[in-house]
Amino acid sequence: MSERLSVAKTYKLYLGGAFPRSESGRTYPVTDSRGKFLANAAQASRKDVREAVVAARKAFGKWSGATAYNRGQVLYRVAELLEGRREQFIAEVASSEGIQAKKAASIVDAAIDRWVWYAGWTDKIATVLGASNPVAGPYFSFSVPEPTGVVGVLAPQKSSLLGLISVIAPVIATGCTAVVVTSQDRPLSAITLSEVLATSDVPGGVVNLLTGHTAELAPWLASHADVNALDLTGAPDELRAELEASASGTVKRVLRATEEDWAKQPDIRRLRAVLETKTVWHPMGV
Amino acid sequence: MTWDYAPAPESRAIANLKPSYRMFLDGEFVEGSGEPLKTINPATEEVLAEVSTASASDVDRAVKVAKRAQDKVWGPMSGAERAKYIFRIARMMAERSRELAVLESLDNGKPIRESRDVDVPTAAAHFFYHAGWADKLDYAGYGPNPRPLGVAGQVIPWNFPLLMAAWKIAPALACGNTVVLKPAETTPLTALVLAEIIQQAELPPGVVNILPGAGDVGAELVNHPGVNKIAFTGSTEVGKIIQKSLAGTRKKLTLELGGKAANIVFDDAPLDQAVEGIVNGIFFNQGHVCCAGSRLLVQESIAEELLEKLHKRVSTLRIGDPLDKNTDVGAINSRDQLTKIQDLVATGEAEGAVRWTSACPLPEKGFFFAPTVFAGVSQAMRIAREEIFGPVLSVLTFRTPDEAIAKANNTPYGLSAGIWTEKGSRILWAANQLRAGVVWANTFNRFDPTAPFGGYQESGFGREGGRTGLEAYLDV
Repeated sequence: MSERLSVAKTYKLYLGGAFPRSESGRTYPVTDSRGKFLANAAQASRKDVREAVVAARKAFGKWSGATAYNRGQVLYRVAELLEGRREQFIAEVASSEGIQAKKAASIVDAAIDRWVWYAGWTDKIATVLGASNPVAGPYFSFSVPEPTGVVGVLAPQKSSLLGLISVIAPVIATGCTAVVVTSQDRPLSAITLSEVLATSDVPGGVVNLLTGHTAELAPWLASHADVNALDLTGAPDELRAELEASASGTVKRVLRATEEDWAKQPDIRRLRAVLETKTVWHPMGV
Repeated sequence: MTWDYAPAPESRAIANLKPSYRMFLDGEFVEGSGEPLKTINPATEEVLAEVSTASASDVDRAVKVAKRAQDKVWGPMSGAERAKYIFRIARMMAERSRELAVLESLDNGKPIRESRDVDVPTAAAHFFYHAGWADKLDYAGYGPNPRPLGVAGQVIPWNFPLLMAAWKIAPALACGNTVVLKPAETTPLTALVLAEIIQQAELPPGVVNILPGAGDVGAELVNHPGVNKIAFTGSTEVGKIIQKSLAGTRKKLTLELGGKAANIVFDDAPLDQAVEGIVNGIFFNQGHVCCAGSRLLVQESIAEELLEKLHKRVSTLRIGDPLDKNTDVGAINSRDQLTKIQDLVATGEAEGAVRWTSACPLPEKGFFFAPTVFAGVSQAMRIAREEIFGPVLSVLTFRTPDEAIAKANNTPYGLSAGIWTEKGSRILWAANQLRAGVVWANTFNRFDPTAPFGGYQESGFGREGGRTGLEAYLDV
């Protein structure tokens, strides 16, 4: 009896809650760590970047306006779904990163735990970063952190799942929305993550995932006037200065992060990087 | 019957004005090797003093001595000791507050009432507040033992010369950094008196260096490889250039840039109180305020009544001698700035807005511009979009709260905003909706060292003041 032929998946972009192909019609081959063909991924274009920014901007009002408790629940629900896909993620991480299943399992577990960690921050970060300001006068003054808006994220190139989750989760936990350029050569877990997000309660457009060539897409994200902040984590070294210079055109907040040891427990730096502080004053008196 | 005010000028002698001022480098006042500049009194156009400026080699020397001071003295010093130095500065500023106020008004053109009651006391308060942080940084929420960045290069504007110097220097020192500061070309004097105070307070040499000069000195400082942190307050245009020039470096950057704040008056607002707030919002400091309430958004149903009250109130503002204690609006800081204001006002008229200008008498000499209110302004007009940085208010109307917010947020800036309404829930709703770093409700233009200040979007990033403001000077 012959073995059953599996059904191969067509990998697409995740944009505004939908799974379109690149408008350019382009794809590029994705291989495992040994060079064996895995799939054709969509190769996003400049226009896809712009569509993604539009989707992220559209989603920003509702997502940033949701209660912190609600955002926490929505994000926790994502962790539940990640857990359900655990085996699939382990297989994908193992093949794309060229590691043993056991190591891949510990990475996937860490990624899910990381997501839970950030989910719990949604309704605590304002207490930690906000303040009642003891001003010298008859005024009540308070400061609150607020999401900066649409964040362009260049995801880590090496760490295809744990790194990816470590850069996306803090952005959306704050109430920002994200346009993410995934790892160029290891995009499969990002695509699986988008399937998780699509079936979760995270509204469409809050996270947009673009597979493709980082060097081609990053400049469009860096120069886009409706992007408020740029995370350079996965930027090619030779492009970092250029991207940052381009981001200055609209005074973007730039996170000069690089690939790091993602297994290490993070601090709240990535949350702070995409938060503004708003100070409100009102007179006191009878 | 009309009530005339008798002149009540503050004595100019209190300023201890000297014929020449030198830059402050490595604890000494030394001649800079740049071309000296003459700083003038914008209210009379007379030369106040000659000020030596820095050259590229002076900047280089200043950065090197600042680095040495940070490595050897200021960085290793205990926070408690640093605190005492900064407390000393605060106290000595208060002691010399009247002198600083008069000098500020002479050099800048702002009314003595403002320099005396706002600029100088708030500047001293900034030192006093930050002094206390120096030995408490472990509790600031950035993890244990947060480290300073190193040498901070700071470039400040001419609208609040001493106050901006305080906003920059105090947190930098508290966090353990050393400073090279460039005051604005047209207003270097009070920063150099602050340098005297710093010398009298026996701050170790090189911890604070003050180098006057024009934009080229600022550019040298910003681009000097030995600087670890840049803090800039000024125009969005220059801020973008600085951000671009720091791309690819490891220098930390904070920017406090321009604004075009919406001041929103809802139909239930206490109108007389709102009028005072509107006047304070746009005519405070001749409108030379990055967070000025330069776009008045009035609910349509009360627009006519409010405008009438506003004209009446603005007509009573007294424009003239900055040293006169009765003066409400002083001199425009420079001829260049006056020309910019005049150009934008001409554009407003050409684009069809309805101009009303106070009939107040203006002094014959000096740079003055009468308070001006444009009605019938549409969002597309330049006077609704561009920062005028002068005593010019653009009035727009709205019908619904949602429309007010949409119009208020329709700007690439995001520094400040104002809300006038008696309804608490509406205040909190509007404050939440406005994309601005500072929101004043039923008040305007309030500043305090404990309250973080800074912008969204193209108004810059980073905050000054409060616990939040420490982040700008720590390696966290």
